[in-house]
Amino acid sequence: MKTIRMLAMAAAVPALAAAAQADTKIGMITTLSGGGAGLGVDVRDGFMLAIEQDGREGVEVVIEDDQRKPDVAVQIADRMIQSEKVDILTGIIWSNLAMAVVPAATAQNVFYLSPNAGPSALAGKRCHPNYFNVAWQNDNLHEAAGAYANEAGLKNSFILAPNYPAGQDALTGYKRMYQGELAGEIYTKLGQTDYAAEIAQIRASGADSVYFFLPGGMGISFLKQYAGSGVDLPVVGPAFSFDQGILQAVGDAALGVKNTSQWNKDIDNEANAEFVASFQAKYGRLPSLYASQGFDTANLILSALDKAEVSDQDSFRAALKAAEFASVRGDFKFGDNHHPIQDIYVREVIKEGDVFTNKIIATGLSDHADAYAGECKM
Amino acid sequence: MTYILVLEQILNGLQLGMMLFLMAAGLTLVFGVMGLINLAHGSLYMVGAFAAAAVAGWTGSFLLALIASLAAAAAAGALMELVVIRRLYRRDHLDQVLATFALILIFSEGTRWLFGSFPLFLDVPSYLSGPVSLPGGIQYPLYRLTIILIGLAVAAGLFLLIARTRIGIQIRAGEADREMIAALGVDISKLYTVVFALGAALAGLAGALVGAIQSVQVGMGEPVLILAFVVIVIGGIGSIKGALAGALLVGMTDTLGGVFLPQLFAVFMDPASAASAGASLASMLIYILMAAILLVRPSGLYGGNA
Repeated sequence: MKTIRMLAMAAAVPALAAAAQADTKIGMITTLSGGGAGLGVDVRDGFMLAIEQDGREGVEVVIEDDQRKPDVAVQIADRMIQSEKVDILTGIIWSNLAMAVVPAATAQNVFYLSPNAGPSALAGKRCHPNYFNVAWQNDNLHEAAGAYANEAGLKNSFILAPNYPAGQDALTGYKRMYQGELAGEIYTKLGQTDYAAEIAQIRASGADSVYFFLPGGMGISFLKQYAGSGVDLPVVGPAFSFDQGILQAVGDAALGVKNTSQWNKDIDNEANAEFVASFQAKYGRLPSLYASQGFDTANLILSALDKAEVSDQDSFRAALKAAEFASVRGDFKFGDNHHPIQDIYVREVIKEGDVFTNKIIATGLSDHADAYAGECKM
Repeated sequence: MTYILVLEQILNGLQLGMMLFLMAAGLTLVFGVMGLINLAHGSLYMVGAFAAAAVAGWTGSFLLALIASLAAAAAAGALMELVVIRRLYRRDHLDQVLATFALILIFSEGTRWLFGSFPLFLDVPSYLSGPVSLPGGIQYPLYRLTIILIGLAVAAGLFLLIARTRIGIQIRAGEADREMIAALGVDISKLYTVVFALGAALAGLAGALVGAIQSVQVGMGEPVLILAFVVIVIGGIGSIKGALAGALLVGMTDTLGGVFLPQLFAVFMDPASAASAGASLASMLIYILMAAILLVRPSGLYGGNA
């Protein structure tokens, strides 16, 4: 069967050569099963929405499920690069998977555009000309939350995150900006679902607030259990703990909570209004920040393809770096380490009719770049 | 560090133990009576949680949701036994693992197809929400206390069932000598279906109870399944008493280890590395416990002839 496909492709090549544009093959490795599936599904749907709206020929997207397992992700990446010959890889949600896949992929001259994970190592010492992060460096949203905590007068935070690269980046980011005391600092297991032990520690710690980074199902479990525990300290988090997918499953427990994000559905620009409306029309649900990141990633790739072919690596890289596309975030540009410089907002969880969602209440950090850019030599 | 915190953590360990017991009881019965390794037991847990979330969504009643979880998981279990598992009893364990692993994939994708990839909403009912004050000034969530009590009630019920009823005698006889009880005229295939459905119902109940405080999502059963296997290996395969002892031991070790190891490490390390080293070691603790117990008692705490 494989041979047949190869033959078909070989037969198709001369026909395509006549066309102005060569084929571009994009490999998407993302989490489509298990506890983190909501995130991957949103990135995929956002990405494919942009590809579909663009409608050009000659762009092929191959999608595979990494099951949130680093070994599976590496296997898929090897296959996509070596046997399917993709030009661009994208899609990874989790930083531990990104650390396993990205350095090897960029070393093989493939472009990697991250729609989500932004581990500190890849922004600093191990940055690479072919690696672009379209979402944020991991610390960014947490830095904004730390800054917000100072403004809100929080003096004694209890902080927790899962024990993996993004979790460590999260707490580092929060502490970089936050000026108060720490009542406690806990690393939980990645994928943990029961937080009774941590909540008991929060209760005993004498904290005045809780900061937590628990994306996907972890956040749902934590918030429900927190609401039932009788601990009534204010909670603050990054958008990952309060994204559109989480809020519906948590319900009233999240109302009024403040969280930080680089995107929200009420950011006022044309691209965003159109994105929110078309996403809702196509998939029947509100987009999350993950969907917005997938959408931006695809549009960035398309904008660069307008200017250069992927095979001309230097021009294509320059076209990506220029980032001339209508981002749903409004202003968007890349810093020298190929990570975004952007505004980060403070949002509040509200209820619109029957749907729980977020509303922007302030700008947390303006034109914010990451802290590792100086360590990147390229 | 106060005694209240320690007591609260012990309650948390107890609650986790009770939840694991509900899972492990069915698993150990099925293994003990039929000699079958059922990897798809976690899928029944998921079926229970989804059935509860769906019924709670339609009717608003948590009690009905629990009943639905029992019924749906028992029905799914019985169906699974009749259609697939029945053909596996005479095969070796490798075939059973392969077939039941396939069932996991079928159940997961089937659930995703029916309900979508996003977590479902299932909340604790208002009469069970919030904390209660226990003697000694401990504030403890009422719902978790309820889980502990339900676990104890199920444990008592199972002991009575196994020790005092006719079907209990048949189950024990089935564990001891399958061929002999068939020769004595017991309808062995009906017994198997009943035992399988009973185990499935308990897993479904666990899924529904836990789904209310965690997230109801595809794949929620697999992490619990691994713990449940650890429990039955520690307790001795086929023994309900062993499942209870193992579940409590694993629940306590996991909870208390996770809390106190990082603090112990902090005595001689800086806080950040103590937190991550402690957390890493704590997640290994139950497997270390299992290895230690198997060294001393190779067939588990209450294991007989396994």
